[in-house]
Amino acid sequence: MNRIQQLFENKKENILNIYFTAGYPGLSDTEKIILALEASGVDLIELGMPYSDPLADGPTIQESGQRALANGMTLDILFEQVASVRKKSEIPLILMGYFNQVMQYGEQSFFEKCAEVGIDGLILPDLPIDVYESDYAAMLAANNLKISFLITPQTSEARIRKIDSLSTGFVYMVSRSSITGAKSDIQQQQIDYFNRIEAMKLQSPRLIGFGISNYETFSTACQYAQGAIIGSAFIKVLTKAENLDIEIQNFVENVRNATENVK
Amino acid sequence: MTFSIDQRGYYGEFGGAFIPEMLYPNIEYLRKNYLDIINEAAFQKEFRALLKDYVGRPSPLYFAKRLSAQYKTNIYLKREDLNHTGAHKINNTIGQILLAKRIGKKRIIAETGAGQHGVATATVCALMGLECIVYMGAIDIQRQAPNVARMRMLGAKVVPATSGSQTLKDATNEAIRDWINHPEETHYIIGSVVGPHPYPDMVAIFQSVISEEMQWQLLEQSGSSDPDLIIACVGGGSNAAGAYYHYLDKPNVRLVAVEAAGLGVDSGESAATSELGTKGIIHGSRTLLMQTADGQIIEPYSISAGLDYPGIGPMHAHLIDSGRAEAVSITDQEALDAAFQLTKIEGIIPALETAHAFAALDKIKFSEKDNIVINLSGRGDKDLETYIKYLDSE
Repeated sequence: MNRIQQLFENKKENILNIYFTAGYPGLSDTEKIILALEASGVDLIELGMPYSDPLADGPTIQESGQRALANGMTLDILFEQVASVRKKSEIPLILMGYFNQVMQYGEQSFFEKCAEVGIDGLILPDLPIDVYESDYAAMLAANNLKISFLITPQTSEARIRKIDSLSTGFVYMVSRSSITGAKSDIQQQQIDYFNRIEAMKLQSPRLIGFGISNYETFSTACQYAQGAIIGSAFIKVLTKAENLDIEIQNFVENVRNATENVK
Repeated sequence: MTFSIDQRGYYGEFGGAFIPEMLYPNIEYLRKNYLDIINEAAFQKEFRALLKDYVGRPSPLYFAKRLSAQYKTNIYLKREDLNHTGAHKINNTIGQILLAKRIGKKRIIAETGAGQHGVATATVCALMGLECIVYMGAIDIQRQAPNVARMRMLGAKVVPATSGSQTLKDATNEAIRDWINHPEETHYIIGSVVGPHPYPDMVAIFQSVISEEMQWQLLEQSGSSDPDLIIACVGGGSNAAGAYYHYLDKPNVRLVAVEAAGLGVDSGESAATSELGTKGIIHGSRTLLMQTADGQIIEPYSISAGLDYPGIGPMHAHLIDSGRAEAVSITDQEALDAAFQLTKIEGIIPALETAHAFAALDKIKFSEKDNIVINLSGRGDKDLETYIKYLDSE
């Protein structure tokens, strides 16, 4: 069974999904970070494929991508790293990036390679859902890859239904109108939106991302969805870390333990 | 084969809207409504009146006698440089500001390379009393200082884009990010025929007034509304789109797209997208762009800030890929030489971007009987520093 599917079948709340840019801070840190996140009890990892022009990303993720590219990161190296870490880890892994990267690799080859090295799912924010449906849905299914699409506070109800029906992983709830690395807080406006979506009783699990950075925001988000996604805040930890293992563990414990205490 | 946009927002296989969900509501609203808004009688009346009385249209079509004699052919110049603000860019910003007002947007953002689109946007925002924020590459801010000063005087906030190559591509990235952060109150006035559908078509429609006028002006002056060749420079490609528009489906009219070769197409410092580019996605559009085998966008180079862009609009990708348009590339040096030649024999100082189009006369074949239109897309005031530096070094 697909590892993402398995996760959502076994776990219904407090799912912690961590994003980081592959090849950052060091080219070969990818494996170490994945293993440390898994050991710390993270449920799901989004590996960012560093991109020269990440339109939906704020400065933190942009800079980590630039650094990873300067480190020499390529898709071929990333696939090798994933294949290697898969011998030691069973954590669900998602590749997140921009569709141009997939196009240049060759869509069919890219999906096959993902399956071969042990990737479980994809998030491609600029792949339009209609193009996905007509051109790629069958290819992803054939390679047992789950896709997750984004919704925002501005997404219409009809479109949310459509996105829900097309998402085979989870529905990625962007918490507010912003690029990544937004100000970290959750206001009443966000809560209203979370409630509105919860009331729609979507078939897909929901994870909330953008502006989730710590115990307060993670635990709040978890009250309205199956879990939440932390990206920029985690990358900032990587940037400053002197000992990756220890600081990753501390970060996850801070986000997690606090959550367990609240429950 | 037709070269107009199809129902799905594509020119052949190029175009579409490859955008993150955060941009979807605004883009979808525009997609559904842009044609109805533009075609409304009241909109057209206001648009046409402003083009006439504020921009100064129709722009003249000038038979360049001495240049024609030099090249032993017939060369007409479409004088977009005589428009208010000094380039073709204002045709589009007038159209888009009227559209923004109709859809109730209060805050305008734009990207700019050479600063011409930034100035044209700041101008219409002043005219309409709307807030204006212009993103401009930090390097372009240095090399186009006069336009930065004009934007500031017009009341716009000029925000430097400091990522990547710090030029037009990065300014566009920053403008898109701003729109994601402020979706409800903001309209993004894209300055070229790039970006997600419907922008390439919308901008082309607003710029199509160029070829609309060319038709009757040529008929008056040459006896035929069709020229044999149209030459225009292409960065993103808005002036070329406007100059080609009414001739797209007339195969008797040759279309020449002039790109910036920078220091040379194979020098590694170039912006000749159709030669160096491959199919991919840039700024939400499937088109030709300069990129690595891994899909990373390559930072382009040209002496001309307006052509310093690693992609071309999807319409041009289709025109060139299908063979409808011929692509020519011109180096920095060739463009500078052409600018001085035009200035010397016709008394017209062109923008550096436009100078590339003139340099193409040395690269393409034509006959003595041919009627050639060169779209003189902008004036060179903004480039005087570069020109004087060149003059002093000669």
